[in-house]
Amino acid sequence: MFDDLSDLYQQVILDHCKKPRNFHEIPGATCSAHGHNPLCGDNLKLFLTIDGDRIQDAAFVGSGCCISKASASLLTESVKGRTREEARQTFDKVREMVTTGKVQDGVGKLAVFAGVYRFPARVKCAILAWHALVAALEDPGKSVTTEDEQT
Amino acid sequence: MSAIVNNPASSTRRGAASSSSTAGEVNWAELRKDFPILDQKIHGKPLIYFDNAATSQKPQAVLDALRHYYERDNANVHRGIHELSNRATAAYEAARARTAQFIHARSPEEIVFTRGTTEAINLVAHSWGMANLKSGDVILLTEMEHHSNLVPWQLIAQRTGARVVYVPLRSDENVLDLDRIDALLAGNVKFFSMVHISNSLGTVNPVADLCARARKRGIVTLVDGAQSAGHMPVDVQAIGCDFFAFSGHKICGPTGIGVLYGRQDLLDAMPPYQGGGEMILSVAYDHTEFKKAPHRFEAGTPDISGPVGLHAAMDYLDRIGRDRIWKHDQELAAYAQERLSALNGVRLFGPKTGRAGVVSFLLKDVHAHDVVMLADQAGIALRGGHHCTQPLMHKLGVESTARASFYFYNTREEVDRLVEVIREIQKFFAV
Repeated sequence: MFDDLSDLYQQVILDHCKKPRNFHEIPGATCSAHGHNPLCGDNLKLFLTIDGDRIQDAAFVGSGCCISKASASLLTESVKGRTREEARQTFDKVREMVTTGKVQDGVGKLAVFAGVYRFPARVKCAILAWHALVAALEDPGKSVTTEDEQT
Repeated sequence: MSAIVNNPASSTRRGAASSSSTAGEVNWAELRKDFPILDQKIHGKPLIYFDNAATSQKPQAVLDALRHYYERDNANVHRGIHELSNRATAAYEAARARTAQFIHARSPEEIVFTRGTTEAINLVAHSWGMANLKSGDVILLTEMEHHSNLVPWQLIAQRTGARVVYVPLRSDENVLDLDRIDALLAGNVKFFSMVHISNSLGTVNPVADLCARARKRGIVTLVDGAQSAGHMPVDVQAIGCDFFAFSGHKICGPTGIGVLYGRQDLLDAMPPYQGGGEMILSVAYDHTEFKKAPHRFEAGTPDISGPVGLHAAMDYLDRIGRDRIWKHDQELAAYAQERLSALNGVRLFGPKTGRAGVVSFLLKDVHAHDVVMLADQAGIALRGGHHCTQPLMHKLGVESTARASFYFYNTREEVDRLVEVIREIQKFFAV
């Protein structure tokens, strides 16, 4: 019945939304940020442990739709071990991907979100955790909402 | 013919409203043919429109009235000498008189046209509120208000020093805690603004009783009728409210037109809300004399086609009969409630009995937005989110719900289809 949605709700996404990875707080995290989508009520808090320039650990807590939870879950897996600059570059690639459908090198598993661009109302769900990541890196403790930016 | 409303030839006629509510059954399925928009497929499936609490669809009679106005009668109102201006003015004022009749106001002078319910409430909050509220006064609301009957009062409270207090919700039953009303009204309450039907819960509040209790204490009342005016017979004198607000677009009329009913003596004593043309008697560089209500509150060229379309919508609804529409809404909601509560993993919100045509629900472990997205793929238009009632959602301990809201063109078969699709959604997300 929902064949047209198979692009959006890929198995990897369904799996991560039902069983989100790194779904916990990090006591004593180096930095954190809060992401909020006021339209949906999606709320998540992202925690990062950074050693020098490298992200050693990433985790999140919160609630939201399937897309936003799966996105946060895959984000935490994706950024572990990356430098701040690499994480920032990944954000740019993910944003490009979910708004245009273009998949760039180096996004790995995150490519499952390429189908989101066909559903404009869900782009904000997919990008919420990534906005929280950038806030945690640049302005720890900040709250970001999906209404601050075009995407 | 069996359907009393569905004849396209007669549906373009105006002013045939009084033939409603007599003998005969309504052929609801036939009525759907009056709504061109309903006859289409969404993602390859027949459209099932269950988002009527957000806005209703428009019958051909309303579309025809709008077209006729712009093709034949369009001009500015209240200022022209020429024929078209006379016609436009007559149509505009006829709509006002029809609106007064629709909600049983004492006279057309008690009807102010606004952009919608939100602007009507803002008008009262600014005009009446700024003139009458002071520090220490209490504005009483309920915990189930839409943001449109909450935020304007918070803004006025900030400006005047008044406080906003809420009649609590009994969370178990999703109805107002009526045992608390009198104690709350005994506070320093100056204004009591309440929603007639909750857009999130489908709860129907006993507004006549609430207004009577307020009136005994000299408290001014407003009823937010956005969800009630087009769904049930409304008599503002029987309710006994001082103000009543509703929107055209939720009752088969166009967007951009709404109604504020205000008791004549209150409106006459209220200062203007906005200044400009149309609302003045005479203007000098240092002084202006204003028209009486309702024109005092209609600054600038108004929406003229809006009232014309609203007039056609009110005629259309009353040809069916709002008593019949109300019965249909309630039967459909009760049926949906029964079928959905029989499913595993479905949490229903709202009162157990007597609900309006609004059914909010959540599926276990599936976010409301995912439910709405998948339902859309099956051609079903639901609403997912906080429904502009964030404090209520917080009180209920949820962030959002999925909501099906009905109108007279919806059928039991459509509810059956919703239940079938919800089962499919549960399968889709099953672990």
